[in-house]
Amino acid sequence: MLTFTIRRLLLSIPTLLFISLSIFMLLQLAPGDPMAQVPLTVPPEVKEKMREALGLGQPPLIQYWKWMVQFFWIEPQVLIDHWFGTSFSEGAQRVISWQTRSPVMDIVVQRIPQTLWVVGLSYVVGILIALPIGIYSAYKQYSVFDQSGTFITMIGFSIPPFFTGPLLIVIFSVQLGWFPSIYDTTHVVTDWASFKVQFMQMIMPVMVLALQTTAQISRYMRSSMLDNLSQDYVRTARAKGLRESVVVLVHVLRNSMIPVITVIALGIPSIFGGAIITENVFKVNGIGQLLITALFANDIPMVMTLTFIFAILIVLFNLIADVLYGVLDPRIRYD
Amino acid sequence: MTLKSLLMGAVATTALAPAAFAERGADGQVNIIYWQAPSSMNPLLSGGTKEVEASSMVIEPLIRFDETGAIVPWLVTDIPSVDNGGISEDLTQITWPLKEGILWSDGPPFTSADVKFTYDYCTHPEGGCAQITKFEGIESIETPDDQTVVINFANPTPYPFAAFGGAESPVLQKAQFEACIGPAAPTCTEENFNPIGTGAFVVDDFRPNDVITLSANPNYRDPAKPAFATINFKGGGDAVGAARTVLETGEFDYAWNLQVAPDVLAGMEAAGNGELMTSFGPSVERIMLNNTNPDPALGPDERAVIRPHPFLQDPGVYNAMSLAIDRVLLAEIGYGAGGQVTCNWVPAPAAYNSDTFTCDTQDIAAANAMLDEAGIVDTNGDGIREKDGVEMSILFQTSTNSIRQDYQALIKDWWSQIGIESELRNIDASVFFGGDAGSPDTFQRFYADVEMYTNTFSGTDPQAYLANMLCDKAPSPATQWQGENISRFCMEEYDALWNTLAQTSDLDERARIGRELNDMAVSNGAMIPLTHRGDISARSNALAGVRMNSWDSELWNIADWSRAE
Repeated sequence: MLTFTIRRLLLSIPTLLFISLSIFMLLQLAPGDPMAQVPLTVPPEVKEKMREALGLGQPPLIQYWKWMVQFFWIEPQVLIDHWFGTSFSEGAQRVISWQTRSPVMDIVVQRIPQTLWVVGLSYVVGILIALPIGIYSAYKQYSVFDQSGTFITMIGFSIPPFFTGPLLIVIFSVQLGWFPSIYDTTHVVTDWASFKVQFMQMIMPVMVLALQTTAQISRYMRSSMLDNLSQDYVRTARAKGLRESVVVLVHVLRNSMIPVITVIALGIPSIFGGAIITENVFKVNGIGQLLITALFANDIPMVMTLTFIFAILIVLFNLIADVLYGVLDPRIRYD
Repeated sequence: MTLKSLLMGAVATTALAPAAFAERGADGQVNIIYWQAPSSMNPLLSGGTKEVEASSMVIEPLIRFDETGAIVPWLVTDIPSVDNGGISEDLTQITWPLKEGILWSDGPPFTSADVKFTYDYCTHPEGGCAQITKFEGIESIETPDDQTVVINFANPTPYPFAAFGGAESPVLQKAQFEACIGPAAPTCTEENFNPIGTGAFVVDDFRPNDVITLSANPNYRDPAKPAFATINFKGGGDAVGAARTVLETGEFDYAWNLQVAPDVLAGMEAAGNGELMTSFGPSVERIMLNNTNPDPALGPDERAVIRPHPFLQDPGVYNAMSLAIDRVLLAEIGYGAGGQVTCNWVPAPAAYNSDTFTCDTQDIAAANAMLDEAGIVDTNGDGIREKDGVEMSILFQTSTNSIRQDYQALIKDWWSQIGIESELRNIDASVFFGGDAGSPDTFQRFYADVEMYTNTFSGTDPQAYLANMLCDKAPSPATQWQGENISRFCMEEYDALWNTLAQTSDLDERARIGRELNDMAVSNGAMIPLTHRGDISARSNALAGVRMNSWDSELWNIADWSRAE
């Protein structure tokens, strides 16, 4: 297992390098101009000067090389400096966003907390709701519960958050006035009162996102349970006189969780990717909103860095899912 | 005696009591939402409207423009003029007397050295300053003493108020930005996010593209202002959401730039939490008419370069096209209260708004008659007129935007009723306005017959804007497709009259020439003006003191904002 993991880790290095080059070249090919949002009252020659000041005039390969050096060599130094108070990175040019003219990683670090809070929590909530629904739906297949569960998950799959989000806002913020429609990213939780405020402002975005997660995971759980319920070992367990709760929740559930856990692990990178639409609807301003505004502003260093971080996470969690699969299922051995 | 003075003292205290209400910071927090979030607080580097507006709470120019477009002395004692000797007789020098006793928010006094430094900062060739045109024509800036700034122009400059006038040209603190000049400018993150200013507020926390927290400037020149102690300046989301937070949920006090369908806004306003405010600057949505031939069959050095257009320069054609448009309907469905019919390229300031044309009634029959009279008729019976054998089918392009696509669809229909066929095309705004010399889809390249967009000018003087129609400003391969004369309009008389304007200092005469230039461009087929676009913002009923302004930042008088009773 260890050699497998090491081999996979080494293999991921060329994969990631190739991904970074592809992202960079795709962004180069994409039309658009970082100065497009500057008003027309600013004349073109001034815009040209502004582009030069951002380093846009250089050939693409040099820009790519500079980004590589900044991302893989200078940014880790900045992190070490931050942790240990050293000064390796002093005076070095970091990855600079074209919109804000500030280091990209600083903004990413600033945005991570709200994304993890909202999107991460919605993932946890979604899983906690989905698992019991999936288990019970499978156990009572074609019952009223199963049918209505199927109906609700279909709704969760098919109704996009740009509809559910504003709908919740109109009901709970405008009509009832229960929850704020705008997420305050500067809010700090210090006591119960401020925790209540945080809870109130998180509830709507978390629920919108959790609906999606629930829909997905509960379907996986249901089908995985159904596969196992008809197996011989279940009949054996029942024949031994085990109680029904033990049969379902110990024997069947443990075996059914194996594929579901890999699906859950594979979904974790998307937490860090944020939720572009939901974040925009509730003004959570996390990573998803950062990515979409960077795309609109043609802020290539920002888009490049964010998408590459996502790529690393996806490669990493794919590996984790594979390893977990082996750990959970002793029949699977990679060596 | 002692008792008497005590009583006197008590009486005096009660007399002072009402003044205590107008105390700095007495009104707590004001919540402002800008759905396009600012990404920097240094408007000299970014140039975007959102950054200009946000920074105007902190850093200030020497003069501001009020809601009528009139100049207001801000950091100076009075407005220089030829009469008061502030502007030299030959119009090459202006002397600014700075107000005494103004302090930067971190303590030191505001001096002429800061003003001169801002000029040096912005005009540095490697700094990438977005507002460099504000300093165009300046030869040098002298600082005879701490309270006097003398600006010398290379040529007579009849309108010398562009430099340090309005929110786009604020003064930076020399001590803070000294190390950030030239190539270092974009790397000064800390300075660009937290500029030290003379304005009513100080940045406490700047989160790019998210939220800005500000608090009252302890050194602000008026000890009773600002009334608010803190500002929560939220960004992000969309215009509808922003409007909702002010008009429906009441979470925010002020929402900026509400480009939302008029009926949706009206529905929200009916909730009664706040009101919409509109004001009009010089923004005009217009259709530019290509005066060159955009035929794809032409080579790269000729397409959209050689004159004339096969049919668009015929007065019968563009007048008929204009007459076929129902501008009242367009303004109503597109912008509601934020749109007015205009026949002019320069509809504001009022002195520059020409009254030569009327265009608020659509007349398809008259437009058809006009084309018939010009001898442009449909000879082959396909429903499309021909001029000299060329079918009048045009390519009509604009940027991707739901209102513009509505405009396109309606106009296409009206033009089809007068025998002009149009093919519609929309291009993503970042490409269309991107100015990439290699892209065939930019508005400068104009590989189409007509195109629609909005343009405007900053400040209250249109001289530079009127220069957009000079012959030599036409984009072409020789200029890497850069240039402001998008329609490639060219008229000797226009160029000559513009040169007269550049040498005239009398304001009434300038306005007269300005109106004449506007008429010349419009009546000779440079463009078809459609809608005079205003700015729409929303204010909650709990906020007082807002004076909506299109000539400067909307937040220009934030020091005067307060909680309504």
